Amino acid sequence: MRFVRRLLAPRPAGLLRTREENRMDNRSPRGAAPAAAGAPHLRAGSATHVGRVRTHNEDVLLTFTSELQGDAALDAFGLFILADGMGGHQSGEVASSLAVRTVAREVLEHVYTPYLIHGRPGTTQTPLAEALTQAVDEASKMVYNNVPGGGTTLTCLLVVNERAVIAHVGDSRAYVYHDGLLRQITKDHSYVDKLVEMGQLTAEEAAVHPQKNVLYRAVGQEGLLEVDTHVETIPRRGRLLLCSDGLWGMLSDEEIARIVSHAATAQAACNQLVDAANEAGGRDNITAIVVEVYA
Amino acid sequence: MSSLDTRHIGTEQEPVAGGTLAPGRVLQSRYEIRGVLGMGGFSAVYQARDLRFPNVVKLCAVKEMVNHAPDPQMREIALQNFEREANILATLNHPAIPKVYDYFSEDNRAYLVMEFIDGRDLEAVISDGTGFLPQDQILAWAIQLCEVLAYLHSHSPPIIFRDMKPSNIMLDRHGQIRLIDFGIAKNFQPGQKGTMIGTEGYSPPEQYRGIADQRTDVYGLGATLHHLLSRQNPQVEPPFSFHERPIPAVNPKVYPEFAQVVMRALEYDPSRRYASPEEMKRALLVLKPASKLGTATIVSMAGSSDLTPLWTFTCEDEIRSGPALGGGAVFVGAYDHNLYALEAQSGKFLWKYAAAAGIASTPCVAEDRVLFGSQDRVLYCVNMQTGRLQWTCPSNGKIFSSPRVKFNHVFFGADDGVLYAVNFQTGRVAWKVQAEAEIRSSVCVGDEEIFFGSSDGYIYALDIRGALRWRYRTKRAIVSSPALHDDILYVGSDDANVYAIDARSGWVVWRFRTGKAVWSSPVISESQLHVGSVDGNVYALDIRTGREVWRYATEGQVTASPAVHDGVVYIGSVDQSLYSLDAHTGSLRWRFRTSGPITSVPAIGGDILYVTSTDRQVYALPI
Repeated sequence: MRFVRRLLAPRPAGLLRTREENRMDNRSPRGAAPAAAGAPHLRAGSATHVGRVRTHNEDVLLTFTSELQGDAALDAFGLFILADGMGGHQSGEVASSLAVRTVAREVLEHVYTPYLIHGRPGTTQTPLAEALTQAVDEASKMVYNNVPGGGTTLTCLLVVNERAVIAHVGDSRAYVYHDGLLRQITKDHSYVDKLVEMGQLTAEEAAVHPQKNVLYRAVGQEGLLEVDTHVETIPRRGRLLLCSDGLWGMLSDEEIARIVSHAATAQAACNQLVDAANEAGGRDNITAIVVEVYA
Repeated sequence: MSSLDTRHIGTEQEPVAGGTLAPGRVLQSRYEIRGVLGMGGFSAVYQARDLRFPNVVKLCAVKEMVNHAPDPQMREIALQNFEREANILATLNHPAIPKVYDYFSEDNRAYLVMEFIDGRDLEAVISDGTGFLPQDQILAWAIQLCEVLAYLHSHSPPIIFRDMKPSNIMLDRHGQIRLIDFGIAKNFQPGQKGTMIGTEGYSPPEQYRGIADQRTDVYGLGATLHHLLSRQNPQVEPPFSFHERPIPAVNPKVYPEFAQVVMRALEYDPSRRYASPEEMKRALLVLKPASKLGTATIVSMAGSSDLTPLWTFTCEDEIRSGPALGGGAVFVGAYDHNLYALEAQSGKFLWKYAAAAGIASTPCVAEDRVLFGSQDRVLYCVNMQTGRLQWTCPSNGKIFSSPRVKFNHVFFGADDGVLYAVNFQTGRVAWKVQAEAEIRSSVCVGDEEIFFGSSDGYIYALDIRGALRWRYRTKRAIVSSPALHDDILYVGSDDANVYAIDARSGWVVWRFRTGKAVWSSPVISESQLHVGSVDGNVYALDIRTGREVWRYATEGQVTASPAVHDGVVYIGSVDQSLYSLDAHTGSLRWRFRTSGPITSVPAIGGDILYVTSTDRQVYALPI
């Protein structure tokens, strides 16, 4: 990095030194600029429950948060993954667990470890959405090769400071809550949802539709998998929610918004969401992850 | 007709496999079965010989319906349906529809005897080849298919084909299109096994609710054409995903106008499709002959063919940079060394200021001044009203980037690789930063940082004192100027990508790959990013997903940057035209031709669009 800098005061051009003399130290992160004040911190809660009807839990969740504080602070980093396995004969949880472990391994290896090594985002880093997509692709290959007939939804959230990058396949969901509004970020890859999107079914009809569980995309399917990606900002005084269909299928958006906004902590929000879904019948496994950012 | 099925068989003499009639079997003492032509969900079609013509081999197609509904009443209804449809077919008379010769039932099965068509169906045509079919050929078929559908729909009540797809379209030995497998066994039955939602691929959404009208067939034809043009079989793609799979993305040779007709036929909402096959045919006829595509026909399609400039102004040499607006004037720098000030409403010449070399950077208006860089290596600051020089700031390289003013400073880069921060009042250099190669990308100034690209491939983020915050290296030079939106920086690179980078931290969130270098500077509007590429396309990307929303193919490289105003994207191309595109759909509103490649960004003010061209002219267009 050859950088000749003139700081603050105007100086006669003749004083400009040679490039060699003025190389900025490439090893120091961010050059001489101090890290922005009020660097954000991450807080997350999570809960999973078998529900009141099923005998075993095919949902899997993973949370990972990291902070390096001090004068040479690193960006707050978080990885949150939720998978809802399918396939019966107990291969459901095998698929979801394998998928989650694979994504976490890939992201930590290709994104987080290089960050620890260099102390700053690499100058030739893979874009986060691509890194997540590649991790989901890898998970899909692993499930296809190792869990015959098994499949899983997979919703992955990677957070750097308040920037959230989401990769998603299936009908688990990501929502963002802010300022009284709960907005669904992800799109369900279900036939019924596609029909709702096109105005051919109402949300009420979809909720009781016999084919509401049929997915047209799942991790572990044969061949190319198209992964949806989304970039969001986690708002201050807002929360981001990942959940399986055992949660959103049992509770209305209003109910989810009420709990997410009122709960004292992210963990309390998750506990209350699971309790509410169970009270509503708990027909499927219930999983929730809530992430928030504070200064 | 709930459960017609050919899998069950009745008599001993028939082979087990598929329950089909064995070759040699004679029906009605007249039709000798020679083999199976095809199998449908509820029927089989055989090739048969008509024995009434003993001296010649007269071939026919015999379609068989096997009726195994358990309920006798259902069986009766099914039979009546088949008979009624056969009667309708028998009255049809169209060269693209096979003739019906006979109808009878035998052994609990109903039979329809039809003209035998010697040829291949289009599904076979697609799967036998490896490359794309010639689009002119597909266009000709599309027009023929519109005609035969229009013929069917002209009956009272209209006959809806309901099952448009490549395997139901035959190409006969003369290259003519023939529609086969009429709706006889295809009355739509929602929820029935075998018609599970979403597997069909060619049927429109409303058909899943049992609704079928003329626009159902329009959609089916659209789906068929999408398959033919893209070679992507909708039966294995996500349901109703045509709009996520733009045809030019897989088959760039397809004329954008043709792709647009197909996409309109594929609208989810029936009311947004062509109302009838005739209407669709008219749209297709405009595209024909293909050699005229891209010329006057497109403009007539778009409606406003005669866009007349309010005024034009001719400089003495090429204009490669865009105009700037301020104080009721338009400022334009030209390769003839001059910065021109023209009255915005009339184009009247106000003043000019001569630099010592060509001006290739778009001027910047701030307060009562105009700033511009020249290839003479000097940044000039002149009074907006009079053109009188306020100050100059020399650099050590030609200046191609456009100056930006903020924090009472002017920021600009030069070919000496230096980024200059200059006091806006005095023109004195406050600080400068050395990159490793030319800086032709204009600075983007945020609240706390400034961003710019360099030919060294890096995108740099500096704080306002010039200290490096972060940098990211793309694989090639950056001449595109970054745009900032919600703390994410968007920039193009010669490595063909558009990058989205977290402006605070330097983490890259996504990139989108175009076909060639991206010199154009992105513009963000309503969660969409608009940018041109040297691959000839104008792109709209969803900034939340990093995915393409639409693309529009021009006839030349798109090195110019877009301007977005009131839901419309305006962008010039090296093909000499300025395009006006709907920002949401990418459809062409109008196109204005100049006499030279357009490499600059237009400026918009007071319902007038100002654009410059290398034909030396400044154009003022009403919008």
